[in-house]
Amino acid sequence: MTDGWLLVAPVLLPLLGAVAALILRRHVAVLAAGNVAVSAALLALSILLFVRASESRSVPAIVFGNWPAGMGISFTAALPGVALVVVTALVALAAALYALVDVGPRRRRAGYDALTLALIGAVNGAFLTHDLFNLYVWFELALIAALGLLTIDRKPAQIDGAIRYASFAMLAATFILLGVGIIYGITGTLDIGAASAALAHRPPSFASAVAAALLLGGFALKAGLFPFHLWLPASYHTGPTAAVAVFAGLLTKMGFYSLLIVLAGVFGIGTGGLGAAQLVPLLGWIAAATMIVCVAGALAQTDMRRILSYHVVAQVGYMMAGLALATSDGIAAAVFYMIHSIIVQANLFLGAGLIRRTSGSWDLTRAGGMVRTNPLFAAVLAVPLLSLAGIPPLSGFWAKFIVIRESLDAGMAWLGGIAIIAGFMTIVSVSVFWSDACWKEPHGRSVRRVPLAGLVAMSILSAATLAIGLMPQWLWIVARLSAQAIGALSGGAP
Amino acid sequence: MTVLYAIAGAGILGCALYMVLSRNLVRMLLGLSLLATGVNLLLFLTGRLASRQPPIVRDGEKVLGDAADPIAQAMILTAIVIGFALTVMFAVLVLRAWRSVRSVDARDVDAAERLGTTREREAVDD
Repeated sequence: MTDGWLLVAPVLLPLLGAVAALILRRHVAVLAAGNVAVSAALLALSILLFVRASESRSVPAIVFGNWPAGMGISFTAALPGVALVVVTALVALAAALYALVDVGPRRRRAGYDALTLALIGAVNGAFLTHDLFNLYVWFELALIAALGLLTIDRKPAQIDGAIRYASFAMLAATFILLGVGIIYGITGTLDIGAASAALAHRPPSFASAVAAALLLGGFALKAGLFPFHLWLPASYHTGPTAAVAVFAGLLTKMGFYSLLIVLAGVFGIGTGGLGAAQLVPLLGWIAAATMIVCVAGALAQTDMRRILSYHVVAQVGYMMAGLALATSDGIAAAVFYMIHSIIVQANLFLGAGLIRRTSGSWDLTRAGGMVRTNPLFAAVLAVPLLSLAGIPPLSGFWAKFIVIRESLDAGMAWLGGIAIIAGFMTIVSVSVFWSDACWKEPHGRSVRRVPLAGLVAMSILSAATLAIGLMPQWLWIVARLSAQAIGALSGGAP
Repeated sequence: MTVLYAIAGAGILGCALYMVLSRNLVRMLLGLSLLATGVNLLLFLTGRLASRQPPIVRDGEKVLGDAADPIAQAMILTAIVIGFALTVMFAVLVLRAWRSVRSVDARDVDAAERLGTTREREAVDD
């Protein structure tokens, strides 16, 4: 019973927190402290859940309403979902700390805390659910919370960004819903495990191909994969920094996680299952185009938020490269990359927000002088930037290294080559970013001190990046186990 | 019958996608809500129009007449609610956009695009 509560806690706690935040809307100080407290409690509970899930031999699962497994909506504490829930809590905590300096009383009264907690709850729900339709519902909840956060200041730019985001996301949701509906029509179940078991014993049909294509399209839109990447840099730069850091860290990865679960778990790409042969070449091209086009997009920008937005989608390309290999180790590489990327992307947006606070502009050409005035900040910022570029010994190096090694092993050397080229382009972009923001002399304006709460928030995430970089072995074990868990789904095991 | 439903659903989806591609934001809004409707119609078919899966078995009876699949209905019901919520959300966005630029043409609503263009000189505050 306690296991059941622990399993739903990552969803229940933030949603209850969101309700409490709505009730306490007028008490700004309570909201600020409550957001941090709920996020910290969430992190503790998620780690507890992760430990419980890794200790117990059978995967903890709960089916709501006590239906037999495969009938009702169920939550399972399976990898990689549990690991992602821990990382989600980490990002939520950092964003809540950063919000102490970034989100003022006006935004808090407008519902910033309630929306953030609802978003975190929805993301956790998507990571834990074992039901395809439930997955769609969590996506919609996350979308509504994200739209609220994006338009919290009601400025014309935010409305415009939200319209772009909303129209693409609603289109994606429709595709996902249709795909889920068709899978239900073929298999007669919505449970991920039962659906993949039913699909495994069935010859490929037109309906299953259409379902796979619709789900690929829908989740690729959500994840920002080429050619559907355009909405992301057009909308992410308008929101409050703390919220956008959460978006950048979690929302695209939520899309990619679902893509991984559906293509590798339900359709069995990693185990040579249904639809594997037709889809795999396509996935490789999508991954390659995403990496190259989006890094090139980042190089063309000078607005920090735009640069980072392009990098967000470029990094999804690397994860897609892992999935495109269609091997168990390739999927493990994608999981490793996903966990590394969530931490790094959120951290980078927090860093950009702090540069904006101290130098007064989002434009890199007007920033500068950080290394002289805030040397500690310059060092903390260097960690996610170098990790993004893939400089050893940070987490990004291992993530890229694993993806490239697995692509060589899987006989797709061209994909590894493109990953290396995109990696070099990322290094250029990152060095321009750091030297412009930190080294260059600012143009006649004084640079202020970095607020402590923001620095603490960044340090938490940078420490996590360093920890992964120095001890990649245990995360690689988690990633391997995740790939096995996803493979077991499509293997037809209960 | 199923084919007829499928063609109707596909027709609605086609019209909806055409409207979503429009430059007029109100047409886009209508297109997106039409899209949700078309998907719901197609979801009906996934549960078969008349399957023999009884949701409730009456006391003492062994065989039931026609009954529809309850899961498909539950899915559509949820999807309708979500579709409504998103349509309202989008309508609010369109309304705010119209208030700020007095236009529903997507080409005029470009504040986000201008915000971060290369070498943008205007610093935008929080």
